[in-house]
Amino acid sequence: MDELFGIPLPLLFGQLLLGLINGAFYAMLSLGLAVIFGLLNVINFTHGAQFMMGAFAAWMLLNWFGVNYWFALILVPIIIGATGIVLEKLMISRLYKLDHLYGLLLTFGIGLVIEGVFRNEFGSSGLPYRIPPELSGAWDLGFMFMPVYRGWVVVFAAAVCLATWLVIEKTRLGANLRAATENPALVQAFGINVPRMVTLTYGAGVALAALGGVLAAPIYSVNPQMGSNLIIVVFAVVVIGGMGSILGSVITGFGLGIIEGLTKVFYPEASATVIFVIMIIVLLARPAGLFGRTA
Amino acid sequence: MADGMIRAETDALLAVRGLEAWYGESHVLHGVDIDIKPGEVVTLLGRNGAGKTTTLRAIMGLVGKRAGSIRYNGAELISARSDIIARKGIGYCPEERGIFASLDVTENLMLPPVVMPGGLSLDEIYTLFPNLKERARSQGTKLSGGEQQMLAIARILRTGAKLLLLDEPSEGLAPVIVQQIGRMIREIKQRGFTVLLVEQNFRFAQTVADRHYVMEHGRVVDMVKNEELLTSLDRLHEYLGV
Ligand SMILES: Nc1ncnc2c1ncn2[C@@H]1O[C@H](COP(=O)(O)OP(=O)(O)OP(=O)(O)O)[C@@H](O)[C@H]1O
Ligand SMILES: [Mg+2]
Repeated sequence: MDELFGIPLPLLFGQLLLGLINGAFYAMLSLGLAVIFGLLNVINFTHGAQFMMGAFAAWMLLNWFGVNYWFALILVPIIIGATGIVLEKLMISRLYKLDHLYGLLLTFGIGLVIEGVFRNEFGSSGLPYRIPPELSGAWDLGFMFMPVYRGWVVVFAAAVCLATWLVIEKTRLGANLRAATENPALVQAFGINVPRMVTLTYGAGVALAALGGVLAAPIYSVNPQMGSNLIIVVFAVVVIGGMGSILGSVITGFGLGIIEGLTKVFYPEASATVIFVIMIIVLLARPAGLFGRTA
Repeated sequence: MADGMIRAETDALLAVRGLEAWYGESHVLHGVDIDIKPGEVVTLLGRNGAGKTTTLRAIMGLVGKRAGSIRYNGAELISARSDIIARKGIGYCPEERGIFASLDVTENLMLPPVVMPGGLSLDEIYTLFPNLKERARSQGTKLSGGEQQMLAIARILRTGAKLLLLDEPSEGLAPVIVQQIGRMIREIKQRGFTVLLVEQNFRFAQTVADRHYVMEHGRVVDMVKNEELLTSLDRLHEYLGV
C-alpha cells in the first residue's frame, strides 16, 4: 500500500513532517508567550523579533566568531534572554500599573524597531545557515526520506517544551511562578522578590523564542521578516489554546501544525487560513480557548 | 486611654505609631498606635470597615500609600517593600486566606520561604494539623474552609517568622473548627510566637488573647486587658454594636 485516500504516502508523510516541524515552532513560541502573559499580563508582541534575533545571533556567532551550532544552542538563549531582561527592566516594567494595551503597544513598537534595524543592516533577502554536519543527511524510512535535521528539530523542541512544563508544574520555582501568576502581592508579602521573578520570567520567555530562532536558522533562511511571518500564526495558536495555559499552548502548537500540514495535502487552498478559521470557531464556542480557565 | 498603651519602645516587638494608610485617594487609617511585646497575643477588635484589615495590610506594605512609623525589632519598616518586611520575620495570614488554586496542599505549605531559623518543622506542622498531611496532594482550594484556614496559618509557622498577623481566622467557620483554631493559637503562643489577631468575635478573642485593641474609623480608640474584659463588656458592646 503506498496510497491513502488516493494520496501517495510519501506526500502525506512529507506534509505531516512539515506540519510537525511548524508545530514545534508554534509550540515553543506560544509556550514562551504563555509564560510571559501568565505572570506579566503583557502580550509580548516583540516575540517574533526575538525569535528572529535568535536566528541572527546564531548566524553572527558562526560567521563572525566561528562559534558552531551546538554552542549557539546554549549561548544564544542566554544572550538574547539578557536583552529581554534589560528590556523588561528599562521599559516594560514601567507599564504594569497601566492598562494591558500599553504593554502590547510598547512591545509591538519595539518589535518593529528591531525588525527595521536588522533589515537595514542585513537586507531582506536572507542569509544561509549550514546544517551542522552531525545532523546533515537523511534517514531512509522505507516510505520516505527523513532529513535528520528535521527529526532533530521536532524531538528537541518537544523535549524543551516538556522540560519547561516540568519546571513549571513540578518544581519549587514553578510553584512560586504559578502562585505569583495568581496573586503576586501575597507571594511578595511572603518574602519572595516578585519583581525580580517577573524580570527573570520575561528573560526566560525571550530565551525560549531565541532558542526557537537557533533551531530555525538551518531550515528557513535567516532574514529579518522570519519572526513576523511566524508570529501571527503563533498568536492564533495562543488564542486557540487559551491565554496563559502552558500545556494548552504546547498541545495546540503541535496539533495545529499537523492540521495545517494535512490541510496542505487534502485541501491546499485552505492551508494558509485553516488555523484562523479554527481560531474563529474556538473563539465563538469557547472564548477562553481550548485549555484556558474562564475568569 | 487605658494605661499600657504608652510603653517604652524598647520592650515592644512591634511598635506602630501614627500609622496612616490610603487606598488610592481614600484615606482609611488616620493614625493607628499599637504595641506588642514578644510572646503576646493581641487582638484588634472593631466593626466592619473600622480598618482592622487595612492595619495588617499596612504593616505588611500591601496598601497604596502609608505614613507614620512601624518599628519591628527596632527596624523601621514604614517605607520597606513587602518582601523585605516578610524577611524581617513577620508572617501574614490574609482575611481571604489566600490559598492558591494552582498549587496543591504541600506546595501551598512550602510556598513562603524560610526567612530565619526557629520555624516549625514539617513534622511538627503535620502533628499540629494532621488533615494537611492526609490531603497533601489535593488542590489547595479543594480543602474545606476550616482546612484552608489551617493551611493558611500553618504555612507561616514554617518560615521562622516570630510575629504572625492573622486576619479573622474564625470567620465563617463552624463552632468546633473555631475551637480548634483557638487551641492552635494557644499552642503557638506557648511556642513563643507573637500574634496580632484581627477579630470581630470577642468571645472567641477572649479565649486566646492577652490584650485587645479596639478600632473605630481608622484609629485605635481603646485598649482592654483580657482580665478586664468581663468588667468592660458594656463599653465593648457599644464599640462593637453587638
Ligand atoms: N481596596 C480598597 N479600596 C478602597 N477602599 C477600601 C479597600 N479596602 C477597604 N477599603 C475601605 O477601607 C475601610 C476599612 O476597611 P477594612 O477592610 O480595613 O475594614 P475591617 O475592619 O477589616 O472590616 P471587616 O471587619 O469587614 O473585615 C472601609 O471603609 C473599606 O470600605
Ligand atoms: Mg477585615
